[in-house]
Amino acid sequence: MTEARSAEAEPRGARLGDRYAVPSGWQVATLVGRRAESASAVTLVLDVPGWPGHLAGQHLDLRLTAPDGYTAERSYSLASGPAAPGTGRVEVTVQRVRDGEVSPYLVDQFPLGSAIEVRGPIGGWFVWDPVRDAGTPVLLVAGGSGLVPVMAMARARRESGDRTPFRLIYSVRTPEDRLYPDELERLAARGDGFEASTIFTRAVSLTALRGPRRLTDSEVASWGWPAELEPRVYICGPTGFVEAVSRMVVAQGHDPARVRTERFGPAAG
Amino acid sequence: MTSATPPVPGGSDPAGLDHDPGAALTPGFRGRARPEGVTLPPGQYAEEGFPVLSAGPTPNVSTATWSFAVTNEVGATKSWTWAELMALPQDTPTVDIHCVTRWSKFGTRWRGVSLDVLLAEVESTAEFAMVGSYGGYTTNLPVADLLGGKAWIAHTFDGAPLHPEHGGPARLLVPHLYFWKSAKWVRSLTLMPTDRPGFWEKLGYHDLGDPWREQRYQGD
Repeated sequence: MTEARSAEAEPRGARLGDRYAVPSGWQVATLVGRRAESASAVTLVLDVPGWPGHLAGQHLDLRLTAPDGYTAERSYSLASGPAAPGTGRVEVTVQRVRDGEVSPYLVDQFPLGSAIEVRGPIGGWFVWDPVRDAGTPVLLVAGGSGLVPVMAMARARRESGDRTPFRLIYSVRTPEDRLYPDELERLAARGDGFEASTIFTRAVSLTALRGPRRLTDSEVASWGWPAELEPRVYICGPTGFVEAVSRMVVAQGHDPARVRTERFGPAAG
Repeated sequence: MTSATPPVPGGSDPAGLDHDPGAALTPGFRGRARPEGVTLPPGQYAEEGFPVLSAGPTPNVSTATWSFAVTNEVGATKSWTWAELMALPQDTPTVDIHCVTRWSKFGTRWRGVSLDVLLAEVESTAEFAMVGSYGGYTTNLPVADLLGGKAWIAHTFDGAPLHPEHGGPARLLVPHLYFWKSAKWVRSLTLMPTDRPGFWEKLGYHDLGDPWREQRYQGD
């Protein structure tokens, strides 16, 4: 390459852009905690020595090694906010994918105290930074485990004491499948400009005001922001969900340049 | 316990690892049956479906207004309409593709126009190109990786018009590099004497992106 890349040589964190430089090579992290989030999802707490910090929405690459040396690598969205307490502690929330190669192991087996190779943080597009992005209203639309990176954004906002108006629309199959339901309620109850709407696509509780169905255009319009406010829009979930919701928001007048998407392909797992 | 620790896999620098020798890496992980009869680049797994990855909404691009333009380093432009593209000699490559998010798909069947055809008459000594898309996406590639039967403007996948989610009406196809280089909704190619990073490359991804050398991120 002819162009020198000075970011590699500079101390990390000096400029926002430096965070985009992915640390070279793999390092070993230790699983120091795990929390069940639902019947099929778990949050893994990893101790990563020398973690350089991250932006909400970035990923962590994990590399798993079998006894014969075979390795499998996957990217997981970081769930913890940038200012999570304790140095070098980061969290990922993993949803078990049926017939997946990696996620069933991480959700059901990966024992506390054991080691795993990690690399990150990775990605600089699907991110929200309370320093750079404060003040512009934010619409977060999440389908299923697509909640994880946008939850990191909500956590970044809370941890920094930021009051940027946030609206979250969360589409999930059933009440039992919800991730972080209590925390979402607490965030909304603070009265500091964070609103969350959750809809169920497969089954609802007896007291629900809405039957189980997919997120509709009018729900996105009424629970989101008008396009005239020029919000930043983040949409994350399975491909079909992201395609459908991004078509809706563009049809509602949102500039595609302000719509950032992240899709989980059918191969996730 | 130490004897039970699996070897650190290839590419790592064991001396650089801050690793408690008493803790085995991912104990109990077995992984899937190893794929047979195919060769996967390091860190990839075989995928039967065709996952979609895009940074933003899928743009609507009509073939009625579509065009593809090549601009050289002194600003001279040559462009093709959809009808002109279709009138050029067509190739039908069957290739393996490798996404940086770690899926690989074998034996994908495409139809399109070789960059050798499109760039044949372009006057340039540039070593690098920036490819641009409807919707604003960009990616940089060495010209050497676009010539010699290695890259196409593809408009047909598996015998059907390329779906917009996958970059239709036409995308760049450079299968020997990670698939983010194969820009969806392609509209332009600008030749540059020196390399400049495109969209993902500015965000930490590699300037070349050779999956066989696992060049995922800058510095790999």
